[in-house]
Amino acid sequence: MTTAVASPITKTKRIKKRRKGMSPFSYITLGIVAFLSFFPFYWMFIVASNSAEEITKVPPSLKPGTNFMHEFHAVLEAVPFGRNLFNTVLVGVVVALSQVFFSSLAGFAFAKLEFRGRKFLVLFVVGTMMLPSQLGIVPLFMLINKFNWADDLKALIVPALVTAFGVFWMRQVIDSQIPNELLEAASIDGASVMRIYRSIIVPAILPSAFVLGLFSFLATWNDYLWPLLVLNDPNKYTVQVAINQLNTQAYGIDYNIVMAGSFMATAPLLLLFVFVGRRLVGGVMEGAVKG
Amino acid sequence: MSTTDVGSTLPSAKPQKGRHSSKPIVKLKSTGGKKKPSKIQRREGRWAYTFISPFYIMFLIFGMAPILYSVYIAFFTWDPLDATHQYVGLQNFRDLWHDSLFWMSLRNTFSIWILSTLPQMLMALGLASILRNPKLRGRVFWQTVLLVPNITSAIAIAVVFGQLFGRDFGLINIVRGYLGMSQINWIEGTISSHIAIATMITWRWVGYNALIFLASMNAISRDLYESASLDGANRLQQFFYVTLPQLKNTITFMLVVGTIGGLQVFGEPATLGGSFDGGDNHQFSTLTLYLFKQVKDNFAYGMASAIGIAITIIVAIISAFNFFLTRRISGDES
Repeated sequence: MTTAVASPITKTKRIKKRRKGMSPFSYITLGIVAFLSFFPFYWMFIVASNSAEEITKVPPSLKPGTNFMHEFHAVLEAVPFGRNLFNTVLVGVVVALSQVFFSSLAGFAFAKLEFRGRKFLVLFVVGTMMLPSQLGIVPLFMLINKFNWADDLKALIVPALVTAFGVFWMRQVIDSQIPNELLEAASIDGASVMRIYRSIIVPAILPSAFVLGLFSFLATWNDYLWPLLVLNDPNKYTVQVAINQLNTQAYGIDYNIVMAGSFMATAPLLLLFVFVGRRLVGGVMEGAVKG
Repeated sequence: MSTTDVGSTLPSAKPQKGRHSSKPIVKLKSTGGKKKPSKIQRREGRWAYTFISPFYIMFLIFGMAPILYSVYIAFFTWDPLDATHQYVGLQNFRDLWHDSLFWMSLRNTFSIWILSTLPQMLMALGLASILRNPKLRGRVFWQTVLLVPNITSAIAIAVVFGQLFGRDFGLINIVRGYLGMSQINWIEGTISSHIAIATMITWRWVGYNALIFLASMNAISRDLYESASLDGANRLQQFFYVTLPQLKNTITFMLVVGTIGGLQVFGEPATLGGSFDGGDNHQFSTLTLYLFKQVKDNFAYGMASAIGIAITIIVAIISAFNFFLTRRISGDES
């Protein structure tokens, strides 16, 4: 703290304020928020693991039941869920890797290289982020059909290989994390642009690149608008389309099965979150300050 | 995969050589002002364009071209099953103008957007204020918990909330029953279904927005608070006269992003109704849902494109309005 020599009056004042601010009320609020954040996930499992009678009686059961395996099999009968899960992971991983790679290259160019039209091209990237995705969705759908990519995972992967968000994110990261002096020194020593990218940029941005990859993976996992449009073959579904199918098919009112499907589609993300949650929080907050 | 593959496999935009002969095409950006001429050879100037070209090529094919084509087919009756596409001029837009379902979807979209945006912003500000308190224990834990809802999909969460908001066996009505309140047919009602959808959106985004606010609050200089407190400002006054004005840019940013997202709301109503209708009486049909209905149920691609254009125009108007408003309220933009 820079104002260590502040007058004693302000100091005591501030301490008093801090104490006042940390009333139990704050913890109670946070506790309620935490409870509300977790409850829908818990409820998903409650409904997925209890029989319909347990859920529709008043009051409903609030404890996990023993029925989950039964509902699990019912989901597998309705949709090829294992296959759907595999599709989702495959698309997510490919998109995440590709976005990190292309975004870091473009971000490097935008942050550290000077070339004609740089400013305009950066603005262009930001501008494309403002366009609602529905604007071109119909012709994009027609284009995908023309390529014969309907019912093909390529339809999900190729248009998402590199996005404006990723490029902009990487530009911000590289701009703020890598000192120009380092790059100048390297180029004076005769390092090529490619060499600089490989030996300086990549190692320095790995943590941020990991977070971008996670965000891309999560976004791809959770995307439904586009997959819903291009995928009709159950074997090509991603898990979100599978849930939607459970929700709209003959199973429309069988909440146990729909919830079991939702739980199966969400549990992997919750598990992943246990390991990477803190990194994601860091990523969100880092992006906020720069953005 | 070797990184050098990319340069050879991807076509790169050609740098305009001739006009650059006086200075190096590529030099490392230096912020200091005194730039040394770089030793990087001119040949490598192409790298910059090579690096950025994948994005532009992809955007051209999968972004720009569809958008332009979308404007084109909005002037046709375009049925994918019928090879003849009839030019109809502005007829799609005229039809849309006289289409009560379009206006209803627009009203619903706005209603859901307002119901979700305002409470969400206020709650996020409140949570961020709690989290930034230096005496808070377990801050990282709370921050992480706040982000949990954000990792799920709108569809999965709409399934859960749809059940919670159910008329007969929904937990919310059961709790209301215990409290002596009347049962609400959430999904059948117009405003009540909007509240249900807004609840899902708020639940998913409030923690994320709180983290953004928190980050921006942490970036505010401590000196501002010191001097405000010297002037005798209490905590509340500090919040209104120091914190809020400093968050101006963040709030503008969130309003713009929130508007773009809010006007595209789709997964929640689609899942809640189990179709592209938005409920039995279209009581929670949204613009995007209506667009999808035109594509999937009616095969009216021209009409769907017209709706897409309408959404874009509305987003542009509101973004401009947001921007203008925040500028006016807070004086000059920094």
